Amino acid sequence: MSRILAITQSEVLILRRNLWLVMATLIMVLFALALTFAGSAPTGSLGVDMLTVSVASMTTLSVYLAPLLALMISFDAIAGDSERGSLALLLSYPAGRGEVLLGKFLAHLGALSFAMIIGFGAAGAVAAWFGGAGAESLAALSRLIITSIVLGAVFLTFGYLVSALAQGPTAAAGMAAGLWLIFVVLYDLGLLGAVVMDDGGSFTRSVFPWVMVANPADAFRLWNVAASDGVALATGMTGAAQALPVWAAPASLLLWSFIGFAAARAAFGRVEP
Amino acid sequence: MNDALEILGLSKARGTVPVLSDVSLAVAPGERVALLGHNGAGKSTLIKAVLGLMPFDAGQIHVAGSNPGSARARRATAFLPEAISFHPALTGREQLDLFARLSGGGADVPALLERVGLGDAMNRRIGAYSKGMRQRLGLAQVLLGKPKVALLDEPTSGLDPISRQDLYAIIDELAAQGTAVLIASHALTEVEARTDRIAILRKGVLVADDTLANLSAKAGLPIKLRVRADGDVVDSIARQTGGTRLNGASVEILCSPADKMTTLRRVAGMGDAVVDVDITPPRLEDLYRHYAKEDAT
Repeated sequence: MSRILAITQSEVLILRRNLWLVMATLIMVLFALALTFAGSAPTGSLGVDMLTVSVASMTTLSVYLAPLLALMISFDAIAGDSERGSLALLLSYPAGRGEVLLGKFLAHLGALSFAMIIGFGAAGAVAAWFGGAGAESLAALSRLIITSIVLGAVFLTFGYLVSALAQGPTAAAGMAAGLWLIFVVLYDLGLLGAVVMDDGGSFTRSVFPWVMVANPADAFRLWNVAASDGVALATGMTGAAQALPVWAAPASLLLWSFIGFAAARAAFGRVEP
Repeated sequence: MNDALEILGLSKARGTVPVLSDVSLAVAPGERVALLGHNGAGKSTLIKAVLGLMPFDAGQIHVAGSNPGSARARRATAFLPEAISFHPALTGREQLDLFARLSGGGADVPALLERVGLGDAMNRRIGAYSKGMRQRLGLAQVLLGKPKVALLDEPTSGLDPISRQDLYAIIDELAAQGTAVLIASHALTEVEARTDRIAILRKGVLVADDTLANLSAKAGLPIKLRVRADGDVVDSIARQTGGTRLNGASVEILCSPADKMTTLRRVAGMGDAVVDVDITPPRLEDLYRHYAKEDAT
């Protein structure tokens, strides 16, 4: 345990020194604030408070940004050390590969959580100050922050996986960008195409929601939508959310983070530094 | 089982190309062994196998009695990689702190950094370190927690001559505290005086493993005499001694260690014609070339 924490501590230092933490937090704050102000228009017509609308817009933002930030931080985790030549030395120490990976994961998750809490928190505070907030919209905001962190965790493990599989940091960066594109953009486009082709048939009604929730990015969206009527109303995503049991989206995200970590650990085990 | 490091019949192939073939080598506690070989001879591969970082095809390795890569073996091992590098954002002290905590703690990190000459630089970022300073930092982590086996891959690369002296002083210290030290190198002249035994790898085969004196005797390499003389007698000296004329005023004579004194007496008997004599015993370079040659067995 103390070995894991030693690695975590040194990774946190690195994230602070190379300004990743500052930049990620800044990006989160700027985007969240911009969306909150830009998205404040439909408040009256939907009959919900400004924070709810803000959370709905930020949910859409987080689908893109949380995986991106997570992959940006994690793609270098193994490939970078391997390229520098410091990985062989690190692995000659008593810390096992699982411990090394877990130590890095904790540090990266901590940094990601920090950026999410500050970014969404700031935007939420602004929205609540100007447009009011209720118990329900505050719960939605907390849920957004927590689910964004879990979504980030999933993509952190994906980043470690490509980092262990790739030949170098550049290849790992390319593979990470490809993963992001597939999970966040292309998957949804494919589903959209399938639904249009199916034209309201059995695929759309029974299979589609499950295929959708199998993608961690969509599971994140569904989790936030299903849990809050206001957010569902503001995002217009009620249909798919209602077709699934409540546990489907959380289960998908948690399962993916375990699968991702196990796969990354297995791939890391085969790396010869 | 008394050896700190024991390698028996180690073989490893990459695809169909053998990298190591049936290598056996042992290092006792307190012994300093130089592992010599060309680039690609298998030195680094051997070290990675000992560290448990790379699976091998056949043979056995015992590090302090344990399997390579096991928790006990890793606790007993210190490693200095070739061309070492660290994360540039950390300071030397933070980096060594991490290693100290990974190896179980209890080390006086500032004192260690002072010992390797990084006392003034320990709070600066490694990104601003020179190659030699990074090498010193690497050496500092070798000294953490009294290892039973130390594996040093090209430890002198990037070090200036004074730093090299420091390095070998530290290696002597390690050996004195009972650490088995294996130094992979092609800096031949330095390991000559500083190691107890020399092992030579050629294309993955261990072609020599003995003390320098025994290796010299076995190789039977000639001693080189260079005689400088007046221009007009150079030819006659060359003829008399069976040497070869090098230039206007020198003759080079190669003789076996047994014939050395006879030849010297003959040269001395030539009187004033001989101006100067240089005697060069076979150096590690010659020895290395002899054992590492394609046709050597």
